[in-house]
Amino acid sequence: MTENAPASMYRTDEGMGLWEHRGKVAAVGVGHSPTARRWDGRAETCVGAISLIALRRAIEDAGVDPAEIDGLVMDPVTTTGAYWPKDKPVPPEVVGAFNSTDNPLDGIAGLSAEWILKNMPELTGIDFTMYGPGCMSNAICVAAQAVGDGLTHTCLVLKSWHNYEGRYYQGGANAGSDLPGTAALHALWGTPACYGTALQFAEYCRKYGKNHDMMAPFIENSRQNGLKFPEGYWASHRPEEITPEDYKAARWIAKPANLFDNDLPIMVSAAYLYTTAERARNMRQKPVYILNHAASNTRPRSLTPTLDEVEADTARTARKIYEGAGITAADLSFENMYDGFAQFHQFHIEGLGYRGMKFGEALDFYQTDISIHGPNPILPSGGNIGCGRSRFWMHTDSIQQIQERAGERQVTGVKPEIAVSGGPMPLGGRFTVWSATPD
Amino acid sequence: MKQGVVPDDLTRPFWEAANEHRLVIQSCVACKHLQHPPAPVCRVCGSDTVEWKEMSGRGTIYNYGVVHDCPIRLLQEDQPFNVAVVMLAEDPGIQMYSHLPGTPVDEVPVGAEVEVTFEATANGQMVPEWRVVGSSGEGGEQA
Ligand SMILES: [Zn+2]
Repeated sequence: MTENAPASMYRTDEGMGLWEHRGKVAAVGVGHSPTARRWDGRAETCVGAISLIALRRAIEDAGVDPAEIDGLVMDPVTTTGAYWPKDKPVPPEVVGAFNSTDNPLDGIAGLSAEWILKNMPELTGIDFTMYGPGCMSNAICVAAQAVGDGLTHTCLVLKSWHNYEGRYYQGGANAGSDLPGTAALHALWGTPACYGTALQFAEYCRKYGKNHDMMAPFIENSRQNGLKFPEGYWASHRPEEITPEDYKAARWIAKPANLFDNDLPIMVSAAYLYTTAERARNMRQKPVYILNHAASNTRPRSLTPTLDEVEADTARTARKIYEGAGITAADLSFENMYDGFAQFHQFHIEGLGYRGMKFGEALDFYQTDISIHGPNPILPSGGNIGCGRSRFWMHTDSIQQIQERAGERQVTGVKPEIAVSGGPMPLGGRFTVWSATPD
Repeated sequence: MKQGVVPDDLTRPFWEAANEHRLVIQSCVACKHLQHPPAPVCRVCGSDTVEWKEMSGRGTIYNYGVVHDCPIRLLQEDQPFNVAVVMLAEDPGIQMYSHLPGTPVDEVPVGAEVEVTFEATANGQMVPEWRVVGSSGEGGEQA
């Protein structure tokens, strides 16, 4: 049985000094599956199948012999809001198309490491598996630490997402007539997922004299960058820009968060190949070295984080990020912090002090040149708003930018040397510092 | 209408008090720290001796959003509606959500004083809700 990574594998505390494996672990391969809005019910498009595609592409991209791979770190959960209905039969032809595990929904509504190994017979050398649950942001921190610690030397990292018919978050307990007492303390008031962030954004606007319209250039830039991400959902299926007018006219979900502040749930899978700096030298792609990984485990005092709690934590996270990597904000070529919900982004980059930014200044910064061609790129990946809900575009893009193979998305106003990506939330995020060189 | 509530072990005293129109919050016997949502132990000192303390039922509106697209089926016919965050007079670090019955949609006076009231959910379980009693804060639309 594969276990969740112990808390000790995340770098959660301040004052830990330089990461002990700084520059000794590298990302060398990237593989993405095709995207889809929803699962069409076929075996070859289920979340297990698209995961196999992403993994095989990452192996091919890195140019390694599958037999050389000895580790797999992944997230077994493949949704946050698309539930398999309790009474719906599991399609036997889908289960039967694969080597199944004891759980008939494995590969359909979730994914175990055992399912992957049963269906990738070419992975003959894996003796280390671990879950980094939550996001790709978590899984890559675990993989980096595992490679650094010598638990694995050539490690696949995987995150996949499924999505079904029906509206996200509207099944499960939300469709029922009652709630258990503990959940009810949060859930009884019917707030959509973006509500908490919208609250923080409302407080932010009141405190700093900003407004929702000031987010428009950020959203427009994110979608423009996303449309240059061929692996992304919008670029492959619906090449639609979001103009400032579109943004300002969009319907509210939880005011002050509207439709375009929310991301679109999709089916997608991505895999990376992590290895030691020594082994990376002999692989096909230019290594992207990991200078540090950092985590926040902060919980709000009560039901929902206040702006004070958010700002204190993003500042603390930035100190951890810089301390372990041995860099300062001035070393960042670009940033790829999380954006799904869009209103997370300004908190993350203000905490980082990106380009000298202080609290309350990001929305003014958004009114300047934040494009991939300027000196201050904001979210060159396009993030979830630009590419669909995966929480990993920012990592793929950071790797590809530093390898100088981001194609049309390649930053041109800065030399891509050091970047930071991660999320999702300010409280509870996981972050990685990437570098073109190991030192 | 709000979904019904089925009290569990951790929250039963909160819901039983609500049925008696009383607001109680978990408090640590050792360090007096108030915490909500409740937990089996004190989140500050780790003591497992926690009790339930009755609150005055007064607070202020700290923040709010307006829900236009609610994931909960039973509440969808009430859209759009306010969801405010109330902070308790005893300890402004303690938050409770409220639909602010009686306050028009998106006309929430942030900073205003509120007092607790109790409302029946779908299965008859009572839940604390809040009504504006003063208007010391600024109203109007936000952002
Ligand atoms: Zn205590």
